[in-house]
Amino acid sequence: MDKLMRYVFMGCAAVTILSISIIAGYVVANGVPFFAHTDLISFLTGKEWIPSGHIYGIYPMLVASILGTLGAVTIGVVIGISTAIVLVEILPPSLSSWLSKAIDLLAGIPSVVYGFFGLMVIVPLINKTWGGPGAGSSLLAVIFILGIMILPTIIRMTEVSLRAVPKEYKEGALALGATRLQYIFKVQLRAAQSGILAGIILGTGRALGETMAVMLVAGNTALVPDSILSPVRTLTANVALEMSYAMGTHQQALFATGLVLFALIMAINLLMQYILKRAGRN
Amino acid sequence: MKNRMVKLFSLLTVGSMVLVGCGSSDSGSGGGSGTTVISTVGSTTVATPMEVLADAYMAKNSSVVVEVQGVGSSSGIKAAYDGSADMGMASRTLKEEEKTWGLTETTIALDAIAVCVNPANSVTTLTFDQLKGIYEGDITNWSEVGGPNEQIIVVTREDGSGTRGAFEELVGLQEDRDGNTISTIAATALVQQGNGAVQSTVASREYAIGYMSLGNIDSTVKPLAVDGVEPTVAAALAGTYKISRPLLVLTSDSANDVTKDFLSFILSAEGQEIVGQSFIPVN
Repeated sequence: MDKLMRYVFMGCAAVTILSISIIAGYVVANGVPFFAHTDLISFLTGKEWIPSGHIYGIYPMLVASILGTLGAVTIGVVIGISTAIVLVEILPPSLSSWLSKAIDLLAGIPSVVYGFFGLMVIVPLINKTWGGPGAGSSLLAVIFILGIMILPTIIRMTEVSLRAVPKEYKEGALALGATRLQYIFKVQLRAAQSGILAGIILGTGRALGETMAVMLVAGNTALVPDSILSPVRTLTANVALEMSYAMGTHQQALFATGLVLFALIMAINLLMQYILKRAGRN
Repeated sequence: MKNRMVKLFSLLTVGSMVLVGCGSSDSGSGGGSGTTVISTVGSTTVATPMEVLADAYMAKNSSVVVEVQGVGSSSGIKAAYDGSADMGMASRTLKEEEKTWGLTETTIALDAIAVCVNPANSVTTLTFDQLKGIYEGDITNWSEVGGPNEQIIVVTREDGSGTRGAFEELVGLQEDRDGNTISTIAATALVQQGNGAVQSTVASREYAIGYMSLGNIDSTVKPLAVDGVEPTVAAALAGTYKISRPLLVLTSDSANDVTKDFLSFILSAEGQEIVGQSFIPVN
């Protein structure tokens, strides 16, 4: 029986690994031939995206994806970590468990609903307040929506690692005369830093990979944004927008876009593992 | 999606070849007990509803195989003329020379594209050239076309969309670059995927302009008259509304009975309902 179950579990693990390698292989196999048409450097630095003329440059999308993710992570870190601190240290347990449930709910909302909310509420609001060339569809709207979307990830990870800090640390700090805030910022956050970092990096990955919500609020203009109010197109939106009708080189170009995205997310994951390892050693 | 279709149809084609091989003398005669193949070749725009029509027809007539090949209008008209296809498909009117070939034109549907703005916009009509100017980015303010002094928010569809292709073709938003026909729609335009997204974008922004299939217009947006002609089904049918094109099926006089039966199926209530999912039915 033991032996049998061992094989069952090994089989399940193999399915996971197999699907990951098939997906990776498929994206690579479909994306790589494209570089015979446009080389990697001009693909990454080209500012024009005109599929009908076989001109493929994803620089504007790359910039949009990176700026959008950075902005969202900034919002996510500030609000997320503060919220986690409030949950763990400041609110009474009854209130905090209520808030915790609300955050779980936030994590369960499908991304298209976030996008629709963004399109119907945030975008018109931005348009009314600041205007801009995209009439509200803008980098700012992307940052805002992504910021909200990654909050649950960051809050949950931070909360768990703050709670995991040994009680003795708190007792020791308070006994040495530290105030509550001094304990939170100088002891607790430091002790929990590797978990918090992991949360931030997970959130970054989610922001970078989000598609549907972004596509609805971004405006999808393939131009390098010159202000935070400019409409933008992210790498993910580029693939999702055009995949349904793309053929030939155009389709390969979209796979190559996916490949770039894949490489970016892999790089972020490797970075996370490196940071966690270093934090673990300290 | 398209790729899957292509695969499906190559499979169908190969499959039907095998069937033709087996059916030998019966194929093409229309009256026999074996499998009859109807080949339809031409415009990719017409090929999309034709694939659905073919499936529906084959489900009813198990002895018939309908092949659909989307290769472009001109090739389709030619294929119908030289007999290499039973039916040609075209998404444009025939040229003078093609008219002399004696093909029977049957309009199975109309593809009309309405240009629309937010209902709050005071502009009600644009000339053809103004429309072109707006989409190419030469006209950027509504005051230049008799509207309020506000920036025009141009909304377009994604590259590769059939509606975008038809709009570019009919309004003349194309130019040649290095042998490729490329779109001249300004890069600053907002891009939305699907008629619905264009509609909600225009509906939620006071100074936006967008285009969509005539069938998708509802009260949240205001369709504009182009060169003074309102975009209506009647105007499209009469040919006075310029941003419209007929979807044609071309047959020769020597078409067999099965082909004729398929054509009458397309024009029947059931066939027209299928066509009407994305275009204006004619019956």
